This record gives sequence, structure tokens and C-alpha cells, in this order.
Amino acid sequence: MLNIMEVHETNQMIEQEKLDVRTITMGISLLDCVAGDVDGTCARIYDKITTCARDLVSTGKAIERDYGIPIVNKRITVTPISLVGGSVCRTSEDFVAIAHALDKAAQQVGVDLIGGYSALVSKSMTKADELLIRSLPQALSQTDIVCSSVNVGSTKTGIDMDAVELLGHIVKDISYRTRDTDSYGCVKFVAFCNAPDDNPFMAGGFHGVTEGDAVINVGVSGPGVVSRALDAATGKDFEFLCETIKRTAFKITRVGQLVAQEASRRLGVPFGIIDLSLAPTPAVGDSVGEVLEKIGIGQVGAPGTTAALAMLNDQVKKGGIMASSYVGGLSGAFIPVSEDKNMIDAATSGCLSIEKLEAMTCVCSVGLDMIAIPGDTEASTISGIMADEAAIGMINQKTTAVRLIPVYGKTVGEMANFGGLMGYAPIIPVNRTDCSAFVTRGGRIPAPIHSFKN
Amino acid sequence: MNKAIITVVGRDTVGIIARVCTYLSNHHVNVLDISQTIIDGFFNMMMIVDYADADREFGDIVNDLDAIGEGIGVRIRCQREEIFTKMHRV
Repeated sequence: MLNIMEVHETNQMIEQEKLDVRTITMGISLLDCVAGDVDGTCARIYDKITTCARDLVSTGKAIERDYGIPIVNKRITVTPISLVGGSVCRTSEDFVAIAHALDKAAQQVGVDLIGGYSALVSKSMTKADELLIRSLPQALSQTDIVCSSVNVGSTKTGIDMDAVELLGHIVKDISYRTRDTDSYGCVKFVAFCNAPDDNPFMAGGFHGVTEGDAVINVGVSGPGVVSRALDAATGKDFEFLCETIKRTAFKITRVGQLVAQEASRRLGVPFGIIDLSLAPTPAVGDSVGEVLEKIGIGQVGAPGTTAALAMLNDQVKKGGIMASSYVGGLSGAFIPVSEDKNMIDAATSGCLSIEKLEAMTCVCSVGLDMIAIPGDTEASTISGIMADEAAIGMINQKTTAVRLIPVYGKTVGEMANFGGLMGYAPIIPVNRTDCSAFVTRGGRIPAPIHSFKN
Repeated sequence: MNKAIITVVGRDTVGIIARVCTYLSNHHVNVLDISQTIIDGFFNMMMIVDYADADREFGDIVNDLDAIGEGIGVRIRCQREEIFTKMHRV
């Protein structure tokens, strides 16, 4: 039978160490929503989302109450819209109409965000993909909770440099159109390499074409719990440290697994995956940066940071993977600068640079995430950074992503504020040396040699 | 059997267990086990209960106990057992 110390430990994690389930995300296929025209398609999309996800938020709240565990976000992902709208959208405005339908449906069911206003262009863009990408400045500035992603590369296909080049300009335009809110539109867009089909986190979540009609994916969190557990590992060797992280990750993931199974059962929708990511928030004590500092790094960005992060990421996976039958999504440690108190501090003090962040993305689950850069950064520089990050993903057979926010009208040293869980970040310098001749060559970077495994 | 864990944390005062047990008895929630200890100077009580025959919805019991706790200045949580067993038992 359970003992009082175990119960106390769990509740301590929830109340003091900010253990939560970060998101229950319902993936919904919209492939059956294509009608004869744009309006008909929008109507079907609205109906399908508001029917499938009608009880998502209330079910999430009931699970929260029954188990006493906060479930911070309830979200929806949908089939990449460039595929859904491909046959009916003739202009970018047509795609924007679909973005509005998504926004309206998501607000109707009360979710926090809806992802999947996306295009998969890792080899090259279709006409529809390009129209969707060109619609992003309008779509993301006119809607509130629609998130977008574009997969620009993969280990199997190489990197679509035409898309990368175009996205540099698009990100700048999104930044300009949402200049009144510190270019908040860019927070809702991410460029991927090797994007997973079942990611429950935003802005990069979409319901992949390999998925079923509807699915429940759950993203867990818990850097605060790992951080607290590491207090007991001060001065101990790596073996002890790793054991502590693994044991903690196991416990966190088991809670996610319970919530996922329960949500799946109550909603009558199959359970997909648990995403084991350590997802920070700007709150004190809920920081991946703090975990790295407890491992022994003076401040995030100092020498040793990449090694510490590699070890942390690996132990989180090793501990978590046994706790769930199906692990997927991004699964690792997130390092979104503006969403992590200790990383904000490190970026502010100058200890953490974008180059060090790039190195860190080689060994953790995602990429350059939530980094505020000067608003006048050239489009080609943004494309160059995207290409670098995609290359890391392509060569290392891992997911990488870029979510940069060129904050319009602001420059290095100023602060950008995105509000709530999106946090705030100092604008950090980027290397402005020209790379336009590289990113404008046209065509694609071929798939790497190790992709030929057949 | 539907098991839940009720925990009470706060300053020890007269009648906490009585108040909780009276409520549970009124609503046909059966107490299976009670233990208590002091952690970090705070009174901690844990009850394992069976609410299979309760005459109220589980969510309402959670809210009622929360309100009782607020009335006597302690934190009362009622959670379904699985969150603890999943975390601490392989």
C-alpha cells in the first residue's frame, strides 16, 4: 500500500516544484474536409474541429481535478493545411481564409493554441506550399492562436534552400506586421528539419499524414522537479547524477502516461504518444538552465554547457522511455531562451550567445528557440541561420528547429516581451556577415550520404 | 473499489479528522487506512478511501473537501489513487 512519504513526494512535486502536464494535444486529420471551394472547405474544417474537440477542454479540466495535477494547455493539431487547401486555394488570401476558420474553431472549443497551418517542403515546394508560406504574414498577424510550421529539410531529402531563402523574407514580414506586439507573430512560426508527425508542443505541432483520424498526444514537463532532485546530487559523481535524473524523469513521465490514457479513454480517441520533453516556463525554479547550473555549470553558456545538456537530454530519455509504451514527438530538453528564467539571465549577461545555443541544439531535442534578435537583421542572415540549423538536423538525423524573433524597431540590449508562458528575452546579437550569395543560389542541398541505407 | 487519497496538510488543530470523517461518512465514502506524521514542522495526514458507493460525484467531493479545508485553515486534497501508484510502483 502507498505510504505517506510517497504521497507527500508527489504532492510536493506538484505544489512546490511545478510539476505539471504541459499539454494534452488532440491531433485531428482534416484530409476529409476538402470541399469544392474555399468556403465549403472552411465550413467542413470548422465543423470537424468543433465536433472532435468539443469535450477536450472540459475533459482536461476534469482530469486535472480528479488527479490534482495541473494540465497547463489543451491544444489541437491538424493536418498540414497546404495539403488540405491544395486543391481549392488559388491565392494566398484563400489560405488566410482557412487560417481564420482554424482560429474560430479553436476559440470556439476553448483551446490555447491550434497548430498545423503548415507545409512540408523538405525537398521542394508545390504551388500550394508556396502560397501557404506567402500567406503567413497575413495569417499570423490576423489570427490569434493559429500556429505554423514549415519543414524545410530532412535527412532523407536534403534541405530545400528555395524555401529557406523565402522564409527569411517571410519571417521579416511577420515581424513587421506584428510590430505593435514585439513581433509576436514570429513566436507562432517555426522552421523545422526532420519535423516529427506527432509533436504535441507548439508552435511546431501538426497532425502528420501518417497519423489516424484523431489522436491524443501528451507533453510532460518538469524541469523544476529535476532541479530539486539534483539538490541531493551536489558533489556526487556522474553515476549518481545520472541515476537521479533518470529516476525523476521516469516519475514525471508516468504521470504523463496516466493523463494520456485517461484523456484517451474519456474522449474515445486513441492514445498516440508521450513527449518526454523538459519544458521550462519563465517562472523561477521551472528552468532547464537551472538544471544545467545545478549540474555544475556556473551560468548557461559557459564551457561544459553542451556536455551537461547532452547528458541531461540522454538521461531524461533513458528514464522516461520505460515509463510509457509509446514515446514520440520531440522528447528531450527544450532550450527556449525567452521561456526559461536562467537562460534569459544568461543571455542578458552575455554569457549565452546564439553560437553557443547552436552548439547546444546539436545535443538536445529541438533547436534555436524563442530567441529575440535585432529587428533590422537581414532576411538572408535569418535564412543562413535556418540553413545552419537544418544542416545540423539533416546530418545528425535529428529534429532541429528555428524560431527566431527579429523584434521590429528594437536592437541589441533591449528587451522583448511576449507575455505569459512565451516569456521575455533580451535581444541578442547575431553575426551579420553577408551570406546572401549562399542562400540565394537556388535549388536544394542534396541528401547526405548516410541517408542511403537501402 | 475506487480508491482515492485524501491528504491534509497544515497546522494541527482539534477536530480535523473528525470533520473530514463526518463528511465522508455522510456521503458513503469508506475509509480504508489513515496515517499521519509531521513533515517539515507541518501536520500531514493521509487517508486511503473507497468512493465506489459515494452519493456524490468525485469532482464534487474534491471541491467539498477543499472548502472544508479552507474553513479550518488547512489544505485538504483528494486525488484518485492512480497518480501515486503510477509514479511510485513499477
